[in-house]
Parts: sequence; structure tokens; C-alpha cells
Amino acid sequence: MTNAMRKQNLLVATPITTLAVQQAKVLALPQRKLTRPAILKPALRRIAAVTLPPLAVLAVLLVIWQIAASQAGSSLPPPTQVFTDSRDLILHPFFDHGGNDKGLGFHILASLSRVAIGYSIAAIVGIALGSLVGQSVYFMRGFDPIFQVLRTVPPLAWLPISLAAFRDGQPSAIFVIFITAVWPVIINTAAGIRNIPQDYRNVARVLQLNPFEYFTKIMVPAAAPYIFTGLRIGVGLSWLAIVAAEMLIGGVGIGFFIWDAWNSSLISDIIVALVYVGLVGFVLDRIIAFIGHVVTRGTAVN
Amino acid sequence: MQKPYLSLSLVNKSFQRGQIVSEVLKGISLDVAKGEYVSLIGHSGCGKSTLLNLIAGLIPITSGAVILEDKHVRGPGPDRAVVFQNHSLLPWLTVFENVKLAVDKVWRSENAPTRNARIMDCLNLVHMAHAKDKRPAEISGGMKQRVGIARALAMEPKVLLLDEPFGALDALTRAHLQDQVMQIHQALKNTVIMITHDVDEAVLLSDRIVMLTNGPAATIGEIHEVKLSRPRKRLELVTDLTYIRAREAVLKFLYERNKFVEAA
Ligand SMILES: Nc1ncnc2c1ncn2[C@@H]1O[C@H](COP(=O)(O)OP(=O)(O)OP(=O)(O)O)[C@@H](O)[C@H]1O
Ligand SMILES: [Mg+2]
Repeated sequence: MTNAMRKQNLLVATPITTLAVQQAKVLALPQRKLTRPAILKPALRRIAAVTLPPLAVLAVLLVIWQIAASQAGSSLPPPTQVFTDSRDLILHPFFDHGGNDKGLGFHILASLSRVAIGYSIAAIVGIALGSLVGQSVYFMRGFDPIFQVLRTVPPLAWLPISLAAFRDGQPSAIFVIFITAVWPVIINTAAGIRNIPQDYRNVARVLQLNPFEYFTKIMVPAAAPYIFTGLRIGVGLSWLAIVAAEMLIGGVGIGFFIWDAWNSSLISDIIVALVYVGLVGFVLDRIIAFIGHVVTRGTAVN
Repeated sequence: MQKPYLSLSLVNKSFQRGQIVSEVLKGISLDVAKGEYVSLIGHSGCGKSTLLNLIAGLIPITSGAVILEDKHVRGPGPDRAVVFQNHSLLPWLTVFENVKLAVDKVWRSENAPTRNARIMDCLNLVHMAHAKDKRPAEISGGMKQRVGIARALAMEPKVLLLDEPFGALDALTRAHLQDQVMQIHQALKNTVIMITHDVDEAVLLSDRIVMLTNGPAATIGEIHEVKLSRPRKRLELVTDLTYIRAREAVLKFLYERNKFVEAA
């Protein structure tokens, strides 16, 4: 932390140095030299300010974990042992020994492809249903109570019924993703559409936009910030649900991998898999947030 | 007098919520000639916006008729463009795209270069061409209002409806925009109906000032004709007798005979 503070001081000091150089031209050369790297430093410093604190916390946590798990009789392996145990998994994410004995990369890809399908359907259906419910008071009255009840059903509770309906693991998992992610999209889209200012509606009416033009030119862009909030919650939920669903349906997938590792008592493998799951979930969330940021650029400021 | 271009006859408007019916406008009759600039003035809540929305067709008339060029007004349309009080530009579109939305819809039979030229003409008219690629959040309140006016002008409406177009602006910007609107009116000879709270603004810009009585059931209390030649110069008018009389007439109406009372 002292390091950061010193850097902070440098940052403040830099402009003063430049000022001094400008005012007193007779200053010695070494002073002048100092200013040039000082121009590059703020960018580096900003990157450091973002990456250093989490790395420091991570290091502290790893040390605590190492000490705690190194005690005699500890049931979990320390980080060093996780690395030695699962070195193959960590260093070679894309090996394939046939059957389900694949690298973590393949498992993650299998899970991601399920999420991609289920989530895409949820996004399309969610925005369509949300528009309908947000647009019409009667649809709202009819559907909203049902949505409010259904959305509280935990994702895994849908699995048996979808297995019964589809009689196959793959579509069932996709259905669970869909049904998990669809509610926040519907509810946020509807809220976004209900919140479209009357002024925008009046502009559309004066211009006599037809329903299709109204949908694409006013409704979707006006509700976009809400829609993306829903999409972002949805992607997080679907990633939560996929791991649990795959534990039950088996096959290739990160959820099954974790379950399989547990059955083979490979605790280190589980820990590595958890790190992967967390990182992928984080990246998914950031991707949707980024798309939302780009799409709603103008609106977010207002 | 020539045949009226826009004519309101015995327009009534009441709002109903459950059992409660509130009468807002009662027996409004007004004829507006082509190219005329008419101001509506009255105390807050008397029903000015309601009257403008009736003419725009954004809300239905309870009874009576609004007739524009021998046709009953039955709904909103681009022949009666509205500039709303809070600009109502779409924040996700640039200045250019906001005007384009109107041009593409109203002039969809024309080819793209002609439509583009229309957009730029309108932006030039309000001196906003330089900011065409900015978004509404990046320009000032006065600039937004100018773009709103450009969007309305782009529709080449039969009647231009302005709901307190300069209400939210500081005095300097306001004066600047008033001059611009006067120039545009001079050049294009549009028929304009403008709501205002500002007596000077009404006198400076209008051919006639329509004064509404206090609600509920507001009606036209008095109409004052401003017989000042155009173009009008703000500074010269300060000492002009016609100007002073018109100002006095409106002020008397608003502050002596129709003092503002909180609606019961
Ligand atoms: N949709 C509505 N439902 C019920 N009452 C309404 C509705 N719209 C307006 N009113 C009532 O009509 C009256 C006139 O409203 P209006 O907005 O036309 O006033 P205004 O003259 O434009 O006021 P201001 O100068 O403050 O804008 C008000 O008393 C208002 O409460
Ligand atoms: Mg009003």
C-alpha cells in the first residue's frame, strides 16, 4: 500500500515539475528528463490501480488458505497441492482421452453451448413477451401474476418435469437454462416499455409510425437500458443453473465434471473447475454488460 | 376576412376518472387564418396544453369540432407538428437522426439525397447543422429546442403547434430563439399556434393573442390583435405605443380580471 501511496505522490508532483520547467528555463537538465517518463506513467498507474488491489487480496487469501489447509487433519488440499494434483488440468485444458475424459476447456465449451442456446431463446421470447405485457394493460393483468409465481420456482425444480417432457438430458438442460433466464428478461422489458415517456409516444403518433416502426424505432431503443439489465441478470442465472443441471443429467459439461470429480474424490480437480466456472461466469456477465453499454450509449447518459 | 384555415367550433373537453368528470375547456371557438401566428396565454393549469393537444389530435374532443382545411381533425398527424415543452428528442439518436426520423416518414416517396437535403435545410434554418452528429445529451437546452423545431418544420406542417417552446430557457437564449422563430415565420409563412406564459413573447411574436380564462371550464376570455408590422425589432418596440397597449391589455386580463386562483 505504501507503494501505491508513493505513486500517488508522484502523480501529484508531476505537473508541478513541468510547471517549474516552463517557468524557469535555466533549470538543470536532469529535471527535464524526469518529465518525459512522467507522461507515460499515469496510464500505467491507472492499470496498476485497478489490478493491484485484487491481486493483493488474492495473494493474502491464498496464503491464509495455504496455512489453514496445511494443518494436520485438514480435509481440503492447500493451493500448492491443488497445483501439483491437477497440473494436467490446469496446463492442458484441451486434451481428449475419449468418452467423458476430456480437458476442462471441452467441458466448459459444452456447457457454454447449452447456455448459448437456452439463453438465446430466453432473450428472444423474453423480449417478445415482455413487450406484449408492457404494451397492453390486459396482457399485463393476465400474465403478470403468473410470471410472478413462476419466476420464484427454483431452476432445478424444473428439471424433472422437463426430463419427463423431453425424455432426454440435452433438451432438458437447455429448457432449464431458458426457464431460468427468461423471467428477468420479461419483467425488465415490460418495465422498460411501461416507462417509455408519453412524449416519445406522442412523437410516434404525430409521425403516424406503424406498429412495426414504433417497435423498432421507439420501443426497443427506449427500453434498451431495462432490457439489458434483464439480459445481464439472465445470463448470470443461466450460468448458475447450468452447473447444477449438468450434475444431474451427466454427459460432457462442467457441472458433470465437478460431480464426477467428487465421485472420484478428486478434490483438487473440483477446486480448479470452480475457478474456471467463476471466471467464465464473470466474462459472460462482462460481455453482456459491454454489449449493453455499446447499444445504449446515448441513452445511459440522459 | 378570408375563409378560416383552421377552425375550432364550440370545442368542449372534459376528463373522466371513474365517477368524477372534470370539465377543462368549454365552448372554445376560434378561427385561424393561413400564415397567422396565434399565441395562447393563460394561467397555469387553465387548459392550454389540453387545447393544443386537441388540435394536434393527441386527445379526443368531448364535443365540438376542429376543422383544418375543410377536414375534421380525428387523430394526430404530421400536418399538425408539435414542438413539446421538454423538446422530446429521442436520446439514442443524433440530432441529424432525430430530424431524419420525421423526414424519412413524412417524405418517404422522395429519394435519399432529396431527403438528406431536407434534413440539412431544416438544421440550417435553426442554425444547428454544426451539431448534427451530437446526441441530445451533448447539447444545451436551447439547442435541443431548436432541433425540436427543426424536426417539426421538416414535416412542413399545415399548422405548427408550439407548447411553451422556450419555457425552460434562460432569458438570453429565449430572446435569441424568439428572433429565430420570427425569421423562420417570416420566410416560410407557417401557420403557428404557440402557448406561452410570457406576455412580452406573446406580443412580440403574435398576430393575435388568445387569452384563456381560469379553469375549470376555461374558455376564451379575450382576443387581442397585435397590429404591428413585420419584421419586428425587439429594441424598437420597447417604446412603440401599439406594443405597449397590447402588453397592457394582456397584463390587465391576466392580473386584474383573471387573477390566478388555486384550482378548488
Ligand atoms: N389526462 C388528464 N386527465 C385528467 N385531467 C387532466 C388531464 N390532462 C389535463 N388535465 C387537467 O386539465 C387541466 C388543464 O391542464 P393543462 O395541462 O392543459 O394546463 P396548462 O394550461 O397547459 O397548464 P401549464 O401552463 O401549467 O402547462 C388541469 O387542471 C389538469 O389537471
Ligand atoms: Mg401546459
